[in-house]
Amino acid sequence: MTELSRIRNFSIVAHIDHGKSTLADRLIQLTGGLSEREMKEQVLDSMDIERERGITIKAQTVRLDYTAADGEAYVLNLIDTPGHVDFGYEVSRSMRAVEGSLLVVDASQGVEAQTLANVYQAIDANHEIVPVLNKIDLPAAEPDRVKEQIEDVIGIDASQSVLISAKSGLGVADVLEAIVKRLPAPKGDRDAPLKAALVDSWYDPYLGVVVLVRIHDGVLRKGDRVRMMQTGATYQVDKVGVCRPTRKVDVEELGPGEIGFLTASIKQVRDTRVGDTITHEKRLCAKALPGYKPAQPVVFCGLFPVDSADFEDLRTAIEKLALNDASFSYEVETSAALGFGFRCGFLGLLHLEIIRERLEREYDIDLITTAPSVVYHLHMTDGTMTELHNPADMPDVMKIDRIEEPWIKATILVPDEFLGDVLKLCQERRGVQDTLTYAGSRAMVVYRLPLNEVVFDFYDRLKSATKGYASFDYQMDGYQADALVKMQILVNAEPVDALSMIVHRDRADLRGRAMCEKLKDLIPQHMFQVPIQAAIGGRIIARETIRALRKDVTAKCYGGDVSRKRKLLDKQKAGKKKMRQFGKVDIPQEAFISALKMDS
Amino acid sequence: MTGGDAKPAMPPPHRADAAAAPHDWLAGGFGVYVHWPFCAAKCPYCDFNSHVAKAAVDQPRWRAALLAEMEAARAATGPRRADTVFFGGGTPSLMPPETVAALVEAVDRLWGVAPGAEITLEANPTSVEAGRFRGYALAGVNRVSMGVQALNDRDLRALGRMHSAAEARAAFDVARAAFERVSFDLIYAREGQTPAAWAAELRAALAMAVDHLSLYQLTIEPGTAFGARFDAGKLTVPPDDDAATMYLETQEVCAAAGLPAYEVSNHARPGAESRHNRVYWRYGDYAGVGPGAHGRITGADGARRATVSPSAPGAWLAAVERGGGPSWAEEVVAPPDQATEYLMMALRLTEGADLARFARLNGAPLDPARIAPLVEDGLATADGDRIAATAAGRPVLNALLRALLA
Repeated sequence: MTELSRIRNFSIVAHIDHGKSTLADRLIQLTGGLSEREMKEQVLDSMDIERERGITIKAQTVRLDYTAADGEAYVLNLIDTPGHVDFGYEVSRSMRAVEGSLLVVDASQGVEAQTLANVYQAIDANHEIVPVLNKIDLPAAEPDRVKEQIEDVIGIDASQSVLISAKSGLGVADVLEAIVKRLPAPKGDRDAPLKAALVDSWYDPYLGVVVLVRIHDGVLRKGDRVRMMQTGATYQVDKVGVCRPTRKVDVEELGPGEIGFLTASIKQVRDTRVGDTITHEKRLCAKALPGYKPAQPVVFCGLFPVDSADFEDLRTAIEKLALNDASFSYEVETSAALGFGFRCGFLGLLHLEIIRERLEREYDIDLITTAPSVVYHLHMTDGTMTELHNPADMPDVMKIDRIEEPWIKATILVPDEFLGDVLKLCQERRGVQDTLTYAGSRAMVVYRLPLNEVVFDFYDRLKSATKGYASFDYQMDGYQADALVKMQILVNAEPVDALSMIVHRDRADLRGRAMCEKLKDLIPQHMFQVPIQAAIGGRIIARETIRALRKDVTAKCYGGDVSRKRKLLDKQKAGKKKMRQFGKVDIPQEAFISALKMDS
Repeated sequence: MTGGDAKPAMPPPHRADAAAAPHDWLAGGFGVYVHWPFCAAKCPYCDFNSHVAKAAVDQPRWRAALLAEMEAARAATGPRRADTVFFGGGTPSLMPPETVAALVEAVDRLWGVAPGAEITLEANPTSVEAGRFRGYALAGVNRVSMGVQALNDRDLRALGRMHSAAEARAAFDVARAAFERVSFDLIYAREGQTPAAWAAELRAALAMAVDHLSLYQLTIEPGTAFGARFDAGKLTVPPDDDAATMYLETQEVCAAAGLPAYEVSNHARPGAESRHNRVYWRYGDYAGVGPGAHGRITGADGARRATVSPSAPGAWLAAVERGGGPSWAEEVVAPPDQATEYLMMALRLTEGADLARFARLNGAPLDPARIAPLVEDGLATADGDRIAATAAGRPVLNALLRALLA
């Protein structure tokens, strides 16, 4: 139990690579939370993929003890949040568990799109915000210009910004002082009925389901019987504790303003609801906290094992991953082409990529990924609405009144010289310009775009068009009807369900042609001619033909060539496992992925 | 050659329907291959095991070594009769006729040469080599296969050949007089060659009194001079379409002249097929003697082994002279792998493969679901017991084999 006035709860907001995790590490080090030996780069990013990609996927919490310049001992609770748009929901709920934020901006780069998206979440949560300019020791650092930019673009006072170099440790002590001096202490009533927010939950192999809580009122003790106000479930609390940098430490109780964890023999993460209010079964609090909006998958794709014998392994792996990631949805899907697999829902493309990579890497399963699709709303002629997650499931068009697709509002910051290319790209992707303003020498353009046009290769195209200088973030922006059609791909007259997609009618010809051309290069020649067609309904909109192989025979083959030829065939046998058969045609699995990337 | 009747304990006559895998090779016969690795010059397209000797070849030493390895091969095969003998290379027409005579005698002594057995020697069509033809015939050689390669001097030079077209024609005439059977090789789809030019050259070749032709489409092999020039963009070959057209035209022209294809690249008057090479394609046994020679030998234990001798002449010589067994490394070919090898080789032949033999080796029949689409597309025939590639299927045989086996 700590005095409210001695507690500070905060998060760190930053664009990717602006030094958020490095600063967190420094704060931990400086408060003695970690010995030199334990100090690994970016302690809080515990997954391999997080470290490798330098991103944070899962929010992490750490409790630090800090004795301030005034001699008082404080408890600091840091919630490190993901920076990427796909994990925005993690940010928003974490923000609501703390009172203040450090806004970390790279002093040589300035404000970026993710900075904006996350700082607005902090503002929405009524945070006190302390701007921190990082990388101040770089020759290219322009602290004054960046302060001005923060004031212009975000509209908060940046005159008291803390100037630091997280890398060298310069100025980090000032950050600790600013946390204590400038961020508000939490409020709460120790004697009121227990009111605690369920901030997050995850599966721990030793402890089972661990629930991260923020106490608003009352006191939570080991052995208490608690009730989850939304789900109605009741549990006996086995443990309460706090998260130290390297381990969890049990405590007797958690009081108002504190952040910690509980375990209560909860079977799976799905039994808990993030944003739920935890109270005592015998002494309910009068009013639950406002819940969080649950994260909704926005991008769907099929994941199929390359080797159909791996299906059960894939199921086990997916179930395990889902244990810890309630935002990831899955159901069994059967494809005529690909056999048994799973239709999976993700928060975005990065989320998709991460899950796929973890399945391949941590569970050693080779996967075929089908075309990513967004969730369409099909308004039927009978007045009902159904969600379409898979273009292959599209019902009879005669029964559909209209199709609505999800739109996003995208914020792109880009140096002036690349603005033209960015506008052209957005225009090509059916974008509608919302605003165009300047933040220093950089243009900030807000576009409304159909998500469908973004899930394919928008990031890649944006990056290459701007030499990597553009930053991009988005939020969902409702549904809108448009002239959408299902485009099928036929290989040798057989429809390949895994390649069908929903496209805008005006873009269908272009997409169809691009797909056919791509597939023509990706599918090897066969002993017969292989037509590749794109079709809408029964109408062929594009066609390419892979010519029949005319000659593929070894001219000389005598006694000395037998072993070599057989070994070559054996190798081809292995290669064929990476192919899928459609009628008589073998399609290499990489065709499914490559065909969907658009170069044109 | 003294004939088979002098030998005791002859193996049973060959039966094509050998009931069990241990005698499978009987369906293809048995041949002895002797490799002479030396050439006067290395041809720029050739990836065979050939070497230009730095000093004069020590003939007695090489003869002794080849004879020694032949003894070792006999120990591995046990008693059986040789259906064919083949001297390949390299350039075996650089061998002294006495060496050839000694080796033929050794084959007869060790295995017994079947009456009327085919004994072939590969020869370059130069006047020097033609001078030895009589001697080879006396040594027992009854068939030569000549590396003519082209019938115009410009292309012969481009192919790095050391003879002219006129010289080749003269050597051919000498060979016709010396041997019962003469075959020659041509290479087509050469740089700058059009389908029409090739058809004309082929007709000229057929007009020579030849009963067997090996017609090879030029293949750019890695590790050869042509390979390096091709990679450097200094050598071009006709586009695939032209090459395919030339192949089809080759089949038609030869068939019309009475030398239909009996194998992918081999054409013969009926009865004049190369019996030695047919041992490979029918997947018989063969003993490989000499540097880099390969063999397939079914031992007394019923296991079939792939053998391969060291390919560098010096290393081979040292291995043989060390004594105590054959120079080669060997590896048992499991019956299902034998099935693959059999089908792979036999489908090169117009006659195709025996499905029952394949099934016996493989332990399971060839998947009918794989055969049916090929038959449907006219690429293969499968009538009762046999499967064969059609004239349309043979040019894409590699793809056809992938469809059946991969």
